[in-house]
Amino acid sequence: MAGIVSYGAYVPLRRLGPGTEGWNLPGEKAVANWDEDSLTMAVAAATDCLGDIDRRTVDGLYFASTTTPYGEKLAATTAAWAADLRTDILTADLTDSLRSGTGALRMATDTIKAGTAKRLLVTASDLRMGAPRGGMDNNLGDGAAALLIGNTDVIATIEGSYSISNELLDVWRANGGKYVRSWEDRFVYEEGYLKILPKAVGSFLEKCGITTEDINKAVFYAPDLRRHRQVGSQLGFQPEQIQEPFFDKMGNTGTAFSLMMLVAALEDTAPGEKILLASYGDGADVFLLEVTDKIAGIRGRRGMKRNLSSKMIMRSYDEYLAFREFAASDPEKPGGASASVIHRERDAIYALRGVKCRVCGTLQYPPQRVCTNCQAKDDFEPVRFSDKKGKVFTFTLKYGGDIPAFARPMVDTMVDFEGGGRAIFGMTDMEAEEVKVGMDVEMSFRTLGAGGGIHNYSWRCMPPRDSWLEKETG
Amino acid sequence: MESIKDKVAIVGMGCTKFGENWEKSAEDMLVDATYEAFEDAGIESKDIQAAWFGTTRIGTAEPLATALKLDYIPITRVENLCATATEAVRNACFGIASGAYDTVLAIGVEKLKDQGMGGLGTVTGAGGNGTLEWGMSATMFFARMANRYMNHYGLSYEEFKRILAKISVKNHHNGSLNPKAHFQRDITEEQAINAPIICWPLGLYDACGVSDGSAAAILTRADLAKNFRDDYVLVKGLGLAVGARQGYLQPGYDMVHMEETVRAGKQAYDMAGIKEPFKEIDLAEVHDCFSITELVIMEDLGFCPRGKAPEYVKAGTFQLDGELAVNPDGGLKSFGHPIGASGLRMIYEIYKQMQGKAGPRQRKNPTLGLTHNFGLNPGSGVGSITILGQRD
Repeated sequence: MAGIVSYGAYVPLRRLGPGTEGWNLPGEKAVANWDEDSLTMAVAAATDCLGDIDRRTVDGLYFASTTTPYGEKLAATTAAWAADLRTDILTADLTDSLRSGTGALRMATDTIKAGTAKRLLVTASDLRMGAPRGGMDNNLGDGAAALLIGNTDVIATIEGSYSISNELLDVWRANGGKYVRSWEDRFVYEEGYLKILPKAVGSFLEKCGITTEDINKAVFYAPDLRRHRQVGSQLGFQPEQIQEPFFDKMGNTGTAFSLMMLVAALEDTAPGEKILLASYGDGADVFLLEVTDKIAGIRGRRGMKRNLSSKMIMRSYDEYLAFREFAASDPEKPGGASASVIHRERDAIYALRGVKCRVCGTLQYPPQRVCTNCQAKDDFEPVRFSDKKGKVFTFTLKYGGDIPAFARPMVDTMVDFEGGGRAIFGMTDMEAEEVKVGMDVEMSFRTLGAGGGIHNYSWRCMPPRDSWLEKETG
Repeated sequence: MESIKDKVAIVGMGCTKFGENWEKSAEDMLVDATYEAFEDAGIESKDIQAAWFGTTRIGTAEPLATALKLDYIPITRVENLCATATEAVRNACFGIASGAYDTVLAIGVEKLKDQGMGGLGTVTGAGGNGTLEWGMSATMFFARMANRYMNHYGLSYEEFKRILAKISVKNHHNGSLNPKAHFQRDITEEQAINAPIICWPLGLYDACGVSDGSAAAILTRADLAKNFRDDYVLVKGLGLAVGARQGYLQPGYDMVHMEETVRAGKQAYDMAGIKEPFKEIDLAEVHDCFSITELVIMEDLGFCPRGKAPEYVKAGTFQLDGELAVNPDGGLKSFGHPIGASGLRMIYEIYKQMQGKAGPRQRKNPTLGLTHNFGLNPGSGVGSITILGQRD
């Protein structure tokens, strides 16, 4: 039976929170770094989800987001390349609605059921922004989720699903607009969310012949905490049945939101439990899942728990605005990457593939034609470095005048990988003053030097995300 | 393979003042350096049979012919990063040693200050996959080696910066005695240590400046040299080694040495018949693009054992009055680095020292001198060595 085979999540390291200058709310808002976008966050969630699963078994990748890098140009292909998937796969972006994530889940499930694919990776990611310092933006957060859907080794079966399509201009962002807008609150909630989501859930439960009492965990989208509580009680769920929505820990992550909550629910569940999943946006999607005994086999996912508890409190709200200003303006500056170079080097740049010499076994990045060690020609096999750990062999902190204040100093590193190979990377998500020779690093897919309307990407190294667990920051 | 030891002589040299030569174009400097060399050799433009023109910023050979109004002679424009000028000399030597020419010109020039250039090797625009990170500069590459050196030998930041400062102070002092240097003033160790950081651990005074300049040499067959002058200087050895990114690709590469310098040094020592470089060489002009570079070069050229350069520096071994004077003219630190001219500026100092014409910087009876350039960056670069000696 079709269902979830694995899950993963990504919450950016940075948070606006108590201690952030210019942020006066009690809760925390997850904020993507200046070198992250919806695509890079989706790759991070996908990497978490895939763990040590053979990436060649994945038959497709869906990317869901209202904040895709391009209006015309698929993000799913880039994400699939970064995840080092096969090329004979399905790729699609589902966009323009907060319901795109569950829409992708529905499409993937139906595709698996139809038997035209065995395993599909659903990613949902959003990096939305309301007008700065406004209530809308304060309530939003950045993040991503990934679910591997298949019909073998299923940890939670998808028992059924139900959708409502509803035409309503409640929350929107026009093409080219930077900020999410909405109509007046009472209309938005009374005619929209508070009406449609309960209606969809009610109809679905009735159709399934079950009641709220049969549900162990209710995972459902809400625009904010107040409405989340309101709908929970309106539907008749007890507080212990309701999955925590993380409004005070990361904020509303849009398209990714309900799926990130689902990941959290799966982290804390047991075989036989029933999970209700509902999302909202231009209608509603509802799913019923049942957890299987394979759930015990899922190990080592960063998931929501470790993502939420590894964090860096940002110094100032202005720095967050500077990140967003930079991300918005960077692609429009002149120059930028060469499409033909990126294309030619796509395995090296996106998949972080190097080579291993078949004659002497030396690992090398970037790929070489002639071996650096034994000079054998064209006798290599590909090696993926993106999931390898490494150590900083040497580094420097760059204070150049061309570096924006929010990124100064830049950290340049020479990394020696476990098992061989050495390469140069910029470092990200670090405290520059804590960088040491010999420190452990892992790899992260990030934006790099946009321009000419091209979004460019590259891998960077960073201190292991887990090194931030329970660390005091700010 | 034949050695060219003692087959080629330098019989004339010229060198402009290095610095922010706002009033001089590249062509002006080419004329100034060449005519000083002509006068020094006692020749005229028509005596030059071929020329090798070193420059990284001028893309063609023709500007040299136009500046000097050379008469349809063969001119080859050469480029080999920071070793560009010595590359002009090396190829000129081959032209002479082969017997193809009797008298030739090797010249280098760079006009960096017309390009709004503030620091060495600052990089903008496309590269790699089309874009670069912010803060790309030569400093970054050498800072990697500096940090590694500090960690490899267990030096504290404070000790390490003090040693680097001594190198910068020495070179500034030598430059203060040289009217052709860009910077002609002493600095203190404290100034060097406390200067703003560019790429940690390297600060402003660990780096050389950016300058304009040109230097030229007239070369001829050794057996013809006495027709020009008695105190000609002989080419004793040449070495050139180019890296293949071994330092970037191989975790075994220690990043506390520059293999290209070691290999180029070995080639040149073998050609010159030098067994104990520290004892045999009187003075060396080396590529102090950064203080750390000079420190590591001392070990790479065998002037001291591995890891011992800091001790030698502390002991003053490489000062003007030390056992082996390093960068007696002030080095890149005082001259800045007009890339295509630097190697010939170094040769100019050795040439003048051999002739006893180095003024307040004159070493006592030097017989053997060395110049060294290092291009690109530690891990993969270009090492170039020229060894010059007194005539017998």
